[in-house]
Amino acid sequence: MSLDSIDRAIVAQTQAGLPLVPDPYARIARLVGIDEAALHARLHDLQARGVIRRIAAAPNHYALGLTENGMSVWDVEDARVARLGARVGALDFVSHCYERPRALPEWPYNLFAMIHGTSRAEVEEKRAQIGHLLGPACRGRDILYSTRILKKTGLRLRPKE
Amino acid sequence: MTAPGAERLGTTDRRILNRLQEGFPISPRPFLDVAEELGLAEDDLISRLERMRAARLITRFGPFFDAAAMGGAFCLCAMAVPADEFEAVLTKVNERPEVAHNYERGHRLNMWFVLATETEEEIEAVAGSLERETGHRVRRFPKLREFYVGFRVMA
Repeated sequence: MSLDSIDRAIVAQTQAGLPLVPDPYARIARLVGIDEAALHARLHDLQARGVIRRIAAAPNHYALGLTENGMSVWDVEDARVARLGARVGALDFVSHCYERPRALPEWPYNLFAMIHGTSRAEVEEKRAQIGHLLGPACRGRDILYSTRILKKTGLRLRPKE
Repeated sequence: MTAPGAERLGTTDRRILNRLQEGFPISPRPFLDVAEELGLAEDDLISRLERMRAARLITRFGPFFDAAAMGGAFCLCAMAVPADEFEAVLTKVNERPEVAHNYERGHRLNMWFVLATETEEEIEAVAGSLERETGHRVRRFPKLREFYVGFRVMA
């Protein structure tokens, strides 16, 4: 997926967010140095290519009361992980869902799903729902709760020159 | 899923938050478009968003980029660090600028962090040098497949 210099300028000018003004795209277009119609076309193209996932507001989960989260991990049959992973990701309480390699024998899990809830009990109840969905294709499970944030830096994208 | 803390928000703010977790229009007057959908005035919508952003109810508003599509390499890593070495290892890990975030988790693998570098080779180089420096393995869990996520917090 290649980004040209205009795409990179668009990323640089929008990654901190859109300005809250009636014509945010006109502002960005001026900063990038293209006309607004060209910016619209670029944004549609970046969305179609998956570089932009969506243009949206991210609510603060903690402020809204979703203070508990757990990284649930599952050992799912390789032949079925693609189909089942898609169903787990579609659950409305799962915020991230990935297939990752196992690290045997210590780590038999190949499906990771981050679960959010208002309490530990609610997270466990959601986790049971995932277990039920996976059924016999799942041979092992665990959940890792974070006990401390050790470092948190914003993941700033550095478009390549 | 429904967020209980959203009760602190008024009905209008909740409708705004719910609407804007889906696509924001690409148009000359996108706030006007959304305001009309919600039966609001454009300036009212914008000032409510300003207020919610200032109150940190919205952490970010704008395009969300796929980090991997941007170029660059990312890898979730985990280490099993004995309790008496934890702080010393933590210092060595956290001082690397490539470590984007790091969480302590309740498991034998108790330190989980994300490495973010320009290339795949640098992931290996950083992980390898942390192993030599700390004397502990750095397990690599790169993303093999990402599943589309339906997560939306209904306020």
